[in-house]
Amino acid sequence: MRLSRSAKVILGVVTALVFLFIYVPLLLVVVNSFNADRTFGWPPQGFTLEWWGRALDSTGVREAVVSSLWVAAVSTVISLVLGTLLALALLRYKFFGRDVISLLVILPIALPGIVTGIALNNMFTTILGVSLSMWTVVIAHATFCMVTVFNNVIARLRRMHAGLEEASADLGAGVFTTFRLVTFPQLRSALLAGGLLAFALSFDEIIVTTFTIGAGDTTLPIWILQNLFRPNQAPVVNVVAVVLIVVSIVPIWLAQRLSQDSVGIGGTRVKAAEG
Amino acid sequence: MALQTQHPVPGTPPAAAAVPRPKAHKFSALLHRSPNLRLAGLVTAPAGWLVLVYIAALAALLITAFWTVDTFTGKVSTEWTTENVVTVLTDPVYQRITLRTLWIAIAVTLIDLVLALPMAFFIAKVSSPRWQKLLVVAVLMPLWASYLVKAYAWRNVLADGGLLEWLGTPIGLESPGYGETAVILTLAYIWLPFMILPIYAGFDRVPDSLLEASGDLGAKPLTTMRLVMFPLLVPSIIAGTIFTFSLSLGDYITAQIVGGTTQMLGTVVYANVGAANNLPFAAAVSLVPIAIITLYLFIVRRSGALNSL
Repeated sequence: MRLSRSAKVILGVVTALVFLFIYVPLLLVVVNSFNADRTFGWPPQGFTLEWWGRALDSTGVREAVVSSLWVAAVSTVISLVLGTLLALALLRYKFFGRDVISLLVILPIALPGIVTGIALNNMFTTILGVSLSMWTVVIAHATFCMVTVFNNVIARLRRMHAGLEEASADLGAGVFTTFRLVTFPQLRSALLAGGLLAFALSFDEIIVTTFTIGAGDTTLPIWILQNLFRPNQAPVVNVVAVVLIVVSIVPIWLAQRLSQDSVGIGGTRVKAAEG
Repeated sequence: MALQTQHPVPGTPPAAAAVPRPKAHKFSALLHRSPNLRLAGLVTAPAGWLVLVYIAALAALLITAFWTVDTFTGKVSTEWTTENVVTVLTDPVYQRITLRTLWIAIAVTLIDLVLALPMAFFIAKVSSPRWQKLLVVAVLMPLWASYLVKAYAWRNVLADGGLLEWLGTPIGLESPGYGETAVILTLAYIWLPFMILPIYAGFDRVPDSLLEASGDLGAKPLTTMRLVMFPLLVPSIIAGTIFTFSLSLGDYITAQIVGGTTQMLGTVVYANVGAANNLPFAAAVSLVPIAIITLYLFIVRRSGALNSL
């Protein structure tokens, strides 16, 4: 199939336009965080650093950042452990219920957040009678972050030689020694990539968080949502939004560089890099 | 000289085999002998977590939908009733909301499909390998950027005196303002990368040689696309629609931020968990998107799309 030159140009222009559509709104938030006008009319009349200063001074924002970091870190650790175990089990063994489990792990991100959110909220409050707190948020986040680790690890395992592990066992290494000296070193960058994605996913999650967070607690996205409709907070909301963009995009960028396999959603394996 | 090879002949044991083996830990040896035990060790924690936390929660949700709330105490009472489910299914208010939500999810999916197809094709099949890498990263990065920030960004774009008005005024277009159209636009924006990536991966898997063969046999590009590429691409397209459709169906935050008074199923669920404090009713409402998605997954199951999720 040979495309004519004009067809290629048209496709290129369409692609460029869609990229504009993707990036312009995000750039607008970044520009508005410096916009001197409080109502953010476009084009901006002047620029200021005042909102950044106010955001840095705000204790509400600082506390929200700290709790977001904490939630993301703890959920990432849990999902690293669970995701790796699951990937090893599903790839190395055939057993009854294997297909069900591989569907189960995608379910928390394939079903809309509100379903996961209300299901967990209902279980915690109505069924178990547990009061909502940061820990309930962690449990919820770990449940849907597991899949990013799982995907990265399983993609790496597919490319690894099981023969190496067998050789290690033949040479007398125990199960744990083999994991530590043979399997883990090969998984390391996949784990890092999966972990970074899990972190980013947790850091800016809002829907499940709204349903599982305790009354007095705030994560950064919750803070934004609470202040979004308050006119005098609007400039600071822009700054926090920029922080969220940066904190989620930097790990993705890193993960992309680290992982030769894939960074995708669900199991959408997207070939990332050939070199 | 050639006979004096330094490499051991395959099959002969290496000289180091005589080195004493480290004493294997008893537990480790047990694990080594029993694959079932190894499997149990690996699978128990993650599968247990998913079942105890997630499946149990979904099951509990289903049960709660058939409970009710005590009007005096405001507590959930475990008396069985189908009242909630019946209300959700028969009350015209909720029927309207369901249809509106469904329409929004379908519109979002179609818009994303139209935008994603040419773009994914360009990235996978037209651009040079170097550009391909860059463009994929450029699609991926906003995918993981905060959902909330993206909805918020559109609030800015659509605002009175915002960017869209400024762009549209010279050509006679005006911003749709906050409402249903804004919700569709914003959701299409938010979920677009979820559509582009599976379709891109699908295009990428189609071997160039197949397309060349089709061209050599005289097919025009459009014919090749229709007869060779499209059939191979169907699972990827469906995989993309699962995400955009399912994620839109459950939305309420975008509706809250740019929707004005637009109510979606999610809005009702949220209101009943929070302000109205009627968890059983919220559970009943949330069964609607679950049922629709399950039905959709069931329909597309045969296409093999679930494997390319």
